[in-house]
Amino acid sequence: MIRVSLKGLAARPIRAVLTALAIVLGVAMVSGSFVVTDTITKAFDTIFTSSYAHTDAVVSKKSLVDYSNSGNGTVPQSLLVKIQRLPEVGAAAGSIIDLNNDTTNTKLIDRDGNAIDANGNPTFGFGVDPSRPRFNPLHLVAGTWAHGRHEVVIDSNTAKKHHFAVGDFIDAAAKGPKERFQISGIAKYGDVDTLGGATIAVFTIPTAQGLLELKGFTAISVAAKPGVSQDRLVREIQSVVPGDVQVKTADEQAKADKKNVDTFLSFIRGFLLGFGGIALFVGAFVIFNTLSITIAQRTRELATLRTLGASRRQVLRSVIVESLAIGVLASLIGIAAGIGLARGLTALFDVMGLSLPQSSPVYATRTFVVALLLGVLVTLFAGLWPAVRATRVPPIAAVREGAVLERRKRLGPIAGAVLFGIATALIAYATLGGNLGAGKSLLALAAGTLIGLLGVAGFAPALVSGLAKLVGFPARSLGGPAGQLASSNAVRNPARTASTAAALMIGLALVSFVAVLGKGLHGSVDRALHEQVSADWVISSKNGWSAFTAAAGAAAEKTPGITRSTSIRSDRGRVKNANATVNGVDPTTVSGLYNFTWKQGSSNTSLAKLGESGALVKRSFANEHDLHLGDAFTLRTPAGKPMHLNVVGVFQPPRLYELLGGIVISQQAFDHNFARPGNQLTLIDGNVSRSQLERSLASFPDTKIETEAEYVTSQSSWISTMTNLLYVLLALSVVVSLFGMVNTLVLSVFERTRELGMLRAVGLSRRQTRRMVRHESVITALIGAALGLPLGILLAASVTHAIGKYGVAFSFPVVSIVAFTVTAILAGILAAVAPARRASRLDVLSALQYE
Amino acid sequence: MSTTAIAAEVLPEVSAEPLVAASATNLVRRYGEGATSVEALRGVSLDVADGKLTAIMGPSGSGKSTLMHILAGLDRPTSGSVLLDGVEITNLPDKKLTMLRRDKIGFVFQFFNLLPMLTAEENVVLPLMIAGRKPDREWVDDLLETFGLTDRRSHKPAQLSGGQQQRVALARALVTKPKVIFADEPTGNLDSASSGEVLELLRHSVDELGQTTVMVTHDPRAAAMADRILFIADGLIVKDISESTAVEVLAAMQEVTGR
Repeated sequence: MIRVSLKGLAARPIRAVLTALAIVLGVAMVSGSFVVTDTITKAFDTIFTSSYAHTDAVVSKKSLVDYSNSGNGTVPQSLLVKIQRLPEVGAAAGSIIDLNNDTTNTKLIDRDGNAIDANGNPTFGFGVDPSRPRFNPLHLVAGTWAHGRHEVVIDSNTAKKHHFAVGDFIDAAAKGPKERFQISGIAKYGDVDTLGGATIAVFTIPTAQGLLELKGFTAISVAAKPGVSQDRLVREIQSVVPGDVQVKTADEQAKADKKNVDTFLSFIRGFLLGFGGIALFVGAFVIFNTLSITIAQRTRELATLRTLGASRRQVLRSVIVESLAIGVLASLIGIAAGIGLARGLTALFDVMGLSLPQSSPVYATRTFVVALLLGVLVTLFAGLWPAVRATRVPPIAAVREGAVLERRKRLGPIAGAVLFGIATALIAYATLGGNLGAGKSLLALAAGTLIGLLGVAGFAPALVSGLAKLVGFPARSLGGPAGQLASSNAVRNPARTASTAAALMIGLALVSFVAVLGKGLHGSVDRALHEQVSADWVISSKNGWSAFTAAAGAAAEKTPGITRSTSIRSDRGRVKNANATVNGVDPTTVSGLYNFTWKQGSSNTSLAKLGESGALVKRSFANEHDLHLGDAFTLRTPAGKPMHLNVVGVFQPPRLYELLGGIVISQQAFDHNFARPGNQLTLIDGNVSRSQLERSLASFPDTKIETEAEYVTSQSSWISTMTNLLYVLLALSVVVSLFGMVNTLVLSVFERTRELGMLRAVGLSRRQTRRMVRHESVITALIGAALGLPLGILLAASVTHAIGKYGVAFSFPVVSIVAFTVTAILAGILAAVAPARRASRLDVLSALQYE
Repeated sequence: MSTTAIAAEVLPEVSAEPLVAASATNLVRRYGEGATSVEALRGVSLDVADGKLTAIMGPSGSGKSTLMHILAGLDRPTSGSVLLDGVEITNLPDKKLTMLRRDKIGFVFQFFNLLPMLTAEENVVLPLMIAGRKPDREWVDDLLETFGLTDRRSHKPAQLSGGQQQRVALARALVTKPKVIFADEPTGNLDSASSGEVLELLRHSVDELGQTTVMVTHDPRAAAMADRILFIADGLIVKDISESTAVEVLAAMQEVTGR
């Protein structure tokens, strides 16, 4: 029997492949996601381990604050001497290398005078001690290490891309204005070709310290004397270092360094796998539908098997074996395709501005096992119901002409309505509960969406005839007899049309959801930014979100013609056990350029009271820490320095895009307490031109000059980027549903062979035949759109409602919705190409005799 | 009438007369309910003699196919009983019926019902495969030889003529050595030359192998090959004649239809 079903599959290879295709893309996405993230993870692993290749212990400053602009603290040079004197220590060297923070932010400048900063990738400026090569994670590929104040080594990737060679001159800028260096050598970091899109400049340690305004080292690497264990070495060093300094074994340190990256990568992995999941979900619909149709078409064959003595169990098994074979076939193709897709995903991330370090692709066993299992299980699951239906074929169907499966009372619509009810309740819980951010609500939202889609698919057959009438109107009125036939063909088997359309519905519901939410978010972010900033010119760092050196802000503010200007400092600090963003404002110039929305206090009184110890707190921060006007609290800087502050005002910026953090202090207090102060923004009003500002900032490459409108546009551009990324990833499931439409049409044409012969015999032209199939396909696609688009919009509306308190308003993206409808029509036309050709090429005579 | 009562009535007959392969008593088959219901069989009783070819004839809608379906366990009567090889089959559960089909029943269909992806030989041994039995090579080779399929054994149905396909189907029905073969219009889809061949083989299997066969047919020439011909009209057996020529059959047929 198993042989029979396998032979059956082999006898209809096109059908088997078409069915399998439905699941191929989902599996490809799953395996591709694993390959991409594994590869990037390996690249990062290599980077972080090679940092400590010949190191036993690493000494660094304890990190108090995450994501500080000024970077992690440093350890003093004197500590190195102390450590070197320990009897257990073989060798030790200090360095300035920090892959995790902005500590060493240094821009290299290309031959056209622009900072080399592709897509906001990190730009490192390191200081290494070439006399201790064992601790140096970098190795030279040409030239020598830098000597003295005016030499630099750059990474090979940057050298190649921007045509720099040993002996050339290059400009670089860190905290101060740009300076000119001669390239003494070209180096590589560890064993990887590139650190993503990062650039590296390597100086002598004193040069790096000077350029970065750093004292001491970011880390001291230590090697043990022979015979001294790493643990013992760590213990011994710990006994001589102060309390705010940590000592870790090289492995521990590498692991700690990797933590942020790992979190980020597991997010990316989950994100990508999610889209694989959606594609598999859609694929399951397609498989279900295709198998249902083929089972219906094989009624007589199955009945014959029953008359020959096959039991129900054998029939069930034969259909399950068939889906198993399809699942295995699809998964294998999918895994292979996933390897190709991995490249595509990498390219997609590059386009998105997320250049990540690469190594040779990693094909983990887990990738294959999970992808294979998922593909096979989804196919089996989707094939289960068709298999059960197959067992219900009575043996007598072998002799009855045109036997059809006995229809039980259809439970679909009722089950669908129940599911839809559950989904509505879940979504209402998620969106009306008040706290969408919470994991439980998000889960309820996701589950509600999934169940809702299943529910709609369940009662869709009941809606098909109505919808077909509606969307089939143009076909009927303009398509002539072919259009009329198509319109009635579409409703001939409502269940079949419905589940074909349902597959497309899922993709369309999700893209319209993204479109509505994206548009709402975009508008709201723009509004929020305009509310906060009113300036002729906005100066920010190259990537728009890092801090840029305060010196650059000061230089810009000196431009002649400026009527007023202000700089807003930014860093992170710690209050009790929580991190908080801290801004430093100039109380005399900030108002008018940045608009405070006061909850307690006012611009005149509160700003005047800032002084050395006054603080403005954001209302949400005040609520969290139970702070009121006049209350005192302590803020710690990244270096651990305590600041005792009094609340002199409470403000609340628009919650969607807050430019200022939880705590605002005076610039003067900020500069006294925070090391290496950096600006988030410099705001300028006045009769100055862009070129004048450019001239003022010529020495500071890590700056961007924009009008307020340009600034707002570039700050919210991530939303369009994100929306586009989601469209690309969701397109995958739309393509899957396209395969479903092709399948259904091919099978329907096959099933109606004799009828098509009859139609042709009574005068339907080839062209009309093609048109009939095409119209039917378009009608099916439009039913999918008619179900999917409103669902997506409704879902987006309820989510918008839930996040309304953050200032997100519902906004109907007319253009996108029209575009999606057109896409659906095109999908319908595309899906019909091959089936229509097949139908029109049938030989009339043999089609009539076909049985 | 309850089934036990029927069983009581027919049991002694079965034990006393071993030459009956199958028998039916008072078969009634009604389709639909209430006013729109149609009675396809209105009380049919018959014995199928062991080792003989029995033909059932009748005009379209006479109930002849329904009778065969019920005899073969494909359909269940509204009332009445069927004994096949001594077993009451009208109330057997699906599993038992499946076993019965494997062991006791062979089918030949009007449209051959071969599996298109299997070769002629694979189609022939399919019932054995389904039952999980090992084919007896010699027996299969004999069958293929007798049916003139030896050089066609590895052809797919699509590569065979109608007559050849029906010969494969006949061999498939015989391969399990069933108690009864039910043939449903076996020549209904064949030209006259092929019909002749298939009928010869059917007759041959009855004569040489003692294969009990029930055949529903329209074709007087087919019926003329039978040992006994039952005529059905309006759900009742109206004529029961023994071996006849085609001309006699045609006359009888006209008489039946003319009524």
